[in-house]
Amino acid sequence: MTLSEVRDLLEADVVIGGEKLDQEVHTAFGADLMSDVLAFARSGCLLITGLANLQSVRTAYALDIAAIVICRGKALADSFLETAKELGIPILWTPLIMFESCGRLYQAGITGCVREILIEEKTRAKI
Amino acid sequence: MPRYEYSRYLQGRYEVHGRDFVDAGLVSSQIKKSLKDKGIHEDIIRRIAIIAFEAEVNIISYATFGTISYYLLPDSIVFEAIDEGQGIDDIEQALEEGFSTADDSIREMGFGAGMGLSNIKKSSDVFEITSEIGRGTCVKSIIMLNGKE
Amino acid sequence: MMLETVSERLSLKCKCCWENLKREVTGGYAGDLLSDVMANSSAGNIWVTRQVHQNIVAVAALKEHAAIVIVQGATPEKETLDKATKEGIPILVADMGEFEVVGRLHRLLYPDQG
Repeated sequence: MTLSEVRDLLEADVVIGGEKLDQEVHTAFGADLMSDVLAFARSGCLLITGLANLQSVRTAYALDIAAIVICRGKALADSFLETAKELGIPILWTPLIMFESCGRLYQAGITGCVREILIEEKTRAKI
Repeated sequence: MPRYEYSRYLQGRYEVHGRDFVDAGLVSSQIKKSLKDKGIHEDIIRRIAIIAFEAEVNIISYATFGTISYYLLPDSIVFEAIDEGQGIDDIEQALEEGFSTADDSIREMGFGAGMGLSNIKKSSDVFEITSEIGRGTCVKSIIMLNGKE
Repeated sequence: MMLETVSERLSLKCKCCWENLKREVTGGYAGDLLSDVMANSSAGNIWVTRQVHQNIVAVAALKEHAAIVIVQGATPEKETLDKATKEGIPILVADMGEFEVVGRLHRLLYPDQG
């Protein structure tokens, strides 16, 4: 599904990243806790969250997340938008709640993404 | 590995202040940007960015002040987070997924689910933590480049 | 739809208040920020969250949620289960992540939107 299809499905506005609407997403991660996103989300997924602060943008940047969908019609601060622009993270904004946003995406074929094991083989030695 | 062996490979050093939640993740973004410029493999960068983010959140949540440094060696990246703060009483417990002493203010910021230290450990090839009650905590991670630089 | 049916169809593990599974679910709410859930969820909702802290029970009791579903196989704290038992709020645990749980729940409650 492309970001423009996500936009239509979620009745969303594209606030940042209008030039990236052809980008494809296949998986999504829904959470308000960025610690969970950092621990479990995979790169390339769509992040659906009600947390519209600098931390959600920086988390998306750290993990190479494709785009953020801000749900529940949360107000977007200028600092949030500037940082998203600077870090190149597309932002979609929807008045829908997280339940409805995830539900529609799931029924349209997007799957959940949870990173099981980050690195299979690890060398554990003393520093 | 004692620090004198790698101190000359220092790439960046950042100060992090306790309770300064607005800045959480800033060091992670800065380190990521600078590693991208150096052409490091994206998987390696992502792991370092995760480690840095979690370390920042830990310092902000539980310490008064801390320093984050990273070193780019020929075969690895060494990451260090040293803080002055309350320290950790039971390190084994602190490393358990889901164990957290976070208060509501930390949870409302989207953190405090008890994944931080275990995520740092999970993202590292070599992980070491030392802590002293009332003094502070030192977290050290090594990521091997494995020819991916 | 009956909570019991939801629990069976999503293979949820009930951790307390089995006697209250005969409740009607009016809809779903997903979220991990307690202030948001307090402000925006409704009575009869099945609340999907990753939070395991005992404060979730107070929110669910106040908002008269049908149940709490804890995702990603997280373990509710002992205090959380004690409090939920006292308040009569069933706590169900899902192995799947939040997106997957919400997606399946949504499909179950609103199959015509697929």
